Amino acid sequence: MSKFLKIATLAVATTAFAGSALAEKYGLGRPALPAEIAAWDQDILPDGTGLPDGSGDAIVGEEIFATQCAACHGDFAEGIGNWPKLAGGADTLDREDPLKTVGSYWPHLSTAFDYIRRSMPYGNAGTLSDEDTYAILAYILYSNDLIEDDFVLSKDTFFDVEMPNANGFIIDDRAETEYSRWSSGDPCMKDCKEDVKVTMRAMVLDVTPKEEGASEELEQAAEVLSQEDSAPEPAPASKEEEPIAAEPAFDAALAKSGEKVFKKCKACHQVGDSAKSRAGPILNGIVGHPAGAVEDFRYSKAMKAAAGEGLIWTEEELAAFLAKPKKYMKGTKMSFPGLKKEKDQKAIIEYLKSFAD
Amino acid sequence: MSENKSRTGTTRRSFLQGAAAVGVGAVSASAAKAQAADPLITEVQPWAQGFGDGVDETPYGLPIQYEGDVIRRNVEWLTADTVSSINFTPIHALDGTITPQGCAFERHHSGAIELKKEDYRLMVNGLVDTPLVFSYADLERFPRENHVYFCECAANSGMEWAGAQLNGAQFTHGMIHNMEYTGVPLRTLLEEAGFDTSGDVSGKWVYVEGADASSNGRSIPMEKALDDVLVAFKANGEALRKEHGYPVRLVVPGWEGNMWVKWIRRIEVLDSPVESREETSKYTDTLEDGTSRKWTWAMDAKSVVTSPSPQSPITHGKGPLVITGLAWSGRGAITRVDVSRDGGKSWETARLGKPGEKMALTRFYLDVDWDGSEMMLQSRAIDDTGYIQPTKTQLREVRGLNSIYHNNSIQTWLVRSNGEAENVEVS
Repeated sequence: MSKFLKIATLAVATTAFAGSALAEKYGLGRPALPAEIAAWDQDILPDGTGLPDGSGDAIVGEEIFATQCAACHGDFAEGIGNWPKLAGGADTLDREDPLKTVGSYWPHLSTAFDYIRRSMPYGNAGTLSDEDTYAILAYILYSNDLIEDDFVLSKDTFFDVEMPNANGFIIDDRAETEYSRWSSGDPCMKDCKEDVKVTMRAMVLDVTPKEEGASEELEQAAEVLSQEDSAPEPAPASKEEEPIAAEPAFDAALAKSGEKVFKKCKACHQVGDSAKSRAGPILNGIVGHPAGAVEDFRYSKAMKAAAGEGLIWTEEELAAFLAKPKKYMKGTKMSFPGLKKEKDQKAIIEYLKSFAD
Repeated sequence: MSENKSRTGTTRRSFLQGAAAVGVGAVSASAAKAQAADPLITEVQPWAQGFGDGVDETPYGLPIQYEGDVIRRNVEWLTADTVSSINFTPIHALDGTITPQGCAFERHHSGAIELKKEDYRLMVNGLVDTPLVFSYADLERFPRENHVYFCECAANSGMEWAGAQLNGAQFTHGMIHNMEYTGVPLRTLLEEAGFDTSGDVSGKWVYVEGADASSNGRSIPMEKALDDVLVAFKANGEALRKEHGYPVRLVVPGWEGNMWVKWIRRIEVLDSPVESREETSKYTDTLEDGTSRKWTWAMDAKSVVTSPSPQSPITHGKGPLVITGLAWSGRGAITRVDVSRDGGKSWETARLGKPGEKMALTRFYLDVDWDGSEMMLQSRAIDDTGYIQPTKTQLREVRGLNSIYHNNSIQTWLVRSNGEAENVEVS
């Protein structure tokens, strides 16, 4: 803190010198209304300021977590793929590759409540109620063995929870611990060391992205740009004389606009040659094919049941699902709220058609 | 050979090699070959005969197709998804100091949103006399300033902390850009809301928050907020790009990029920090004993040779060679950069493109006559506080191996006699 205080004093001195005791006002802007401040000023301070009424426990939280969070964070908050792990890692901070989770690393519980309520679920932020937020947070704490499953989390019990790493932080001390070590005196210019050997080579790891096709990327970027300028109007469906049996007619322009809409899905779904199932299954060849059929993907019970009953993702079924996923299939793991516009549903389906099995 | 002769000779040789499409690593040591007249000169070329594009061909121009490799690049395995990810400025292919917006690195927490100026609102609330809401048009009516600043992600070079990992200056040091910003001092907006900037502001903070779904928020001590923080709406003379926070972002000179909140929608005056996710669980630096540093805001002095480097090998063989790179400091101006060609045994002071400016990139050059022997290229920045850029070993001695952010150590490129370069660590 000492270095910081010094800067502070200096800044205050400068300010006083600038002599802005009566700062000039321009009369711009308008007063913020209480309702507006309430809508945006949601932050929760470490001392609990800002915590809303409401409560929740891990038992309720587990159910909400399963539908709202598990797609990325795993059923047990263990994290899927590169998505954040929220539990575990106790006593790993001084080891190689520490596991930093809400339980092992976060110093303040307020931060977790604040972040979950404002920024989660990913892709559908700001939709959790205060009750849901308390319950989800209780489940995360329970997953970290920090509370029992009957512990009711609320603003009254908030500080009964001990955060294991609450005292694990120090304020930036580089000025004291680092600067004098290598910044005193003149730097060495000659005979600074006897021998120099290569001790490690990046090439051995071979994790650098390849640069082939770089110019293609730019062309594509230019294409997308020009595409965005002219609002993508779906071209009239090409009327091939006799479309081959079950092969649906393909509308390239519509697919192109679907690619844009698909950005909403990309957090969880991949398509294309190198696609992998992540929070959601691969969607190659989905249109016209049976539901719940991607191997190794852990579908919801609801999706498995639908697959068992022989659900086929025809364009109509897919559109209905995409419109309101949770209404179409109660219990689906897909946390996406749905595509209201029929145009968007059609565009995405057309885009998905371009990825064969 | 007089220096003059040598210079002319090399120019001609390298031009001919270029024309003959001689690839990477061509050695031009041999005497000038018997020369046939260059058809590019003796024959009328298409571009000298017909027309080029008319005006308006590209109402907003992109770089010519031949520069198609000068683009931002992503390292896919780093993150779960591109909407919460980072890409890298092609610093190996740029010169000067200003980063064009179109290839300046991007870092999003929930994707680059499209927010119209008409839909933009900026709220100033908290410990002020009158909480206010500004529209975009309001911001353009305050007196504004221009400043050039670098913006560096705290994680720049983070992947190199445990050892040489990525082969290219773009990937090791490309989480940085440097632009000329136009904006209103944050101080002006706080004063407009009736915050008394002349009183004792110690212990006061501003919390700044973005309008995107991640609602990225950071706490900034009031001393900094009143010192040089800008609420910016133009970069390099034009509107900010979507990916850099259009229409309005915060500029926090010299401090880690995460604090430069994009799409800034709210500034709250508080008497304590919020301790948000981005300033506790992220952007904190874990030391060897398991304790972690927080509030490590300033970016210490740092530099890197951008060419030659793995993505920018020497293709002209022996003779005149321009070694160039970038240096910067978040605590002041760069006063000097040294370059070593032997892995840090000996150093030469480089020439600065122009005198260093506070919290902005500085370009350096070392013009040498390369004899074709292997080099271990390093650069070492010194700023006006007297800080000398450390080696990775020096940093590790203090921080251990688990720190990720704020790796400002000296980088080594091993340049082979064929001109190719690779990322190495040296003893």
